[in-house]
Amino acid sequence: MISPQPLIRMQNVGKHFGTFQALKGINLDVIKGERIVVCGPSGSGKSTMIRCINRLEKHDEGRILIGDTELTDQIKDLNAVRREIGMVFQSFNLFPHMTILNNLMLAQKLVRKTPKAKARDIAMRYLERVKIPEQADKYPVQLSGGQQQRVAIARALCMKPEVMLFDEPTSALDPEMINEVLEVMVDLAREGMTMICVTHEMGFARSVADRVIFMDAGEIVEEADPETFFKTPQHERTKLFLSQILSH
Amino acid sequence: MSFDLSLIVETVPKMLAGVGLTFQLLGLSAFLGLILAIVLLLMRISGKWYLDWPAQLYIYVFRGTPILVQIFIIYYGFPQLEFIRESVLWPIFRDPFGCAVVALSLNTGAYVSEILRGGVLGVDRGVLEAGEALGLSTTQRFIYLTTPIATRLALPAYGNDIISLLKSTALASTITLMDMTGIARTIVAQTYAPYEIFISLAIIYMILTFFLQKFISLIEAYLGRYTKRES
Ligand SMILES: Nc1ncnc2c1ncn2[C@@H]1O[C@H](COP(=O)(O)OP(=O)(O)OP(=O)(O)O)[C@@H](O)[C@H]1O
Ligand SMILES: [Mg+2]
Repeated sequence: MISPQPLIRMQNVGKHFGTFQALKGINLDVIKGERIVVCGPSGSGKSTMIRCINRLEKHDEGRILIGDTELTDQIKDLNAVRREIGMVFQSFNLFPHMTILNNLMLAQKLVRKTPKAKARDIAMRYLERVKIPEQADKYPVQLSGGQQQRVAIARALCMKPEVMLFDEPTSALDPEMINEVLEVMVDLAREGMTMICVTHEMGFARSVADRVIFMDAGEIVEEADPETFFKTPQHERTKLFLSQILSH
Repeated sequence: MSFDLSLIVETVPKMLAGVGLTFQLLGLSAFLGLILAIVLLLMRISGKWYLDWPAQLYIYVFRGTPILVQIFIIYYGFPQLEFIRESVLWPIFRDPFGCAVVALSLNTGAYVSEILRGGVLGVDRGVLEAGEALGLSTTQRFIYLTTPIATRLALPAYGNDIISLLKSTALASTITLMDMTGIARTIVAQTYAPYEIFISLAIIYMILTFFLQKFISLIEAYLGRYTKRES
C-alpha cells in the first residue's frame, strides 16, 4: 500500500518575531484522519505552529503545504485554503454583534456561497450536534463559556473543513464546563475528523490522540503515541513537563 | 435689575422661528462631515503613507484651529481669491449658509474621523482573526465585522460630537445667518435686554440637546442590544 499523501506537511519550518525565533526546524506531516495533540510549556511555540498552518502567522523558513498548495506570499487564493481549515481559539472569538445562528451562517454565505436557507439548515444541524439548538437566536454574551466554545466549534464545522485546529480550547473555561467541550471534541475525533489540538487535557490526549507532540523553545522535542509518550518519555524536558502537569 | 417675563413670552416664538435653520445647519453638516470622516478614516487606516499623511495633516489643521476662525477664513477670505470666484463652487461660497455648512462639515469631519478610528482600533483582534480563519477576505471582514462593531464602540463619542455640533451652529450667526442665535442677537440689538433673551436662548438649546441626547441614547441602546446578558 502506498502511504497516503499528507494533508498538512511542514518541512523545516521556522518563524521569527523580530530577532526572537519562535519556531525552529519544525517537521510535521499530518495525514487524513489523524488526531494530534500538541503540548508544551507556555511560550514554547504551540500557538505559533498551528497559526502558521492557516497562515494567521507567516513562517519565514522552510515550507508548509496544505494538500498540494504551498503557503507562500504568491498564493493566489489564501481564503480558499483557509476555508478548508477550521480553527477554534482559546478565547472563543464569536462575532459579538450577531446571533448564534448568524455566527454560523456568515462564512457559509460569504465564503462558501451557500444559499441562505441551506446555510441555515447546516447551521441548525451543527448546533444540534453541539447540543445547543435552543440558543440559536441569542447573542454570544448571553451564553456560558462552554456554550460559546461549542458554538465556535460548530461555526468552524459549518464550513465542512478538512482539518480542525484547536488552540487550547478549554483553557479559558471554568472547570465545570471543560467536559462539555471535550465531549464534542471526542465525538469529532471518533467520526474521523483530522485534528490538531493544542491542549493540556491529558485525558483527552490518552483517549483520542494518535500522536502526542511535545514542544519546547520553538522545537518539537518529542513525538510518540500516547501510550509511549506518557509511560516512557525519552527526554528530560518532557519528563519534567509531564511531572508538572500531571501533579495537578 | 428686573427680569421681564413678558419679553420672554414674546421673543421665544421669534427665536424658535430660527430652529429650522439651526437644524438644517446641523443635519447637513453632520451628514457631510460623516462622509468626510469616513473618507479620512479609510485614508488613515489604508496603511499607505501617501494617504495617511495628508489625512493626518488635515485632521491636525482642523482640530488645531478655532472653528470660528475657519468660518471667517471661508466667508471673508475665499471671496478674495480669483480662482474661487471663477470656480463652480462659487455659488456655495458666495452664500453665508454654504460657507457655514462647509466650515462646520470640514471641522466635524476631522473630529469624527478620529472618533471612528478609535472605534476601529477597539475591535477585538481575536474576532477579526476568527473571520480570517474562516476565509473571509479583508473587505468582507471590514464590512461585516469591523464596521458594525466599531460603530457601536464609536457611538457614545459620536453622539457627543453631534451635540457639540448643534451648539457650534450658533457661530453661523456671526456671518449674518438668522438661525436662533442670529435672531436673538437682532432682538437684543432692538430691545437692549440681553439678559432675558440670551438666557431664553440658552434654555432652548438645552431643551434641544436633551431631545438629541435621548435620540442618540435610543440608537445606542439598539446597537448595544447584543452587549446585555439578559435576553
Ligand atoms: N505577535 C508576536 N510578537 C512577538 N512575539 C510573539 C508573538 N506571538 C508570539 N510571540 C512569542 O513567541 C513565543 C511562542 O509563542 P506562542 O504563543 O506560540 O507560545 P505557546 O506555546 O502557544 O504559549 P502558551 O501556552 O502561553 O499559549 C513566545 O515567546 C511569545 O512571546
Ligand atoms: Mg498559545
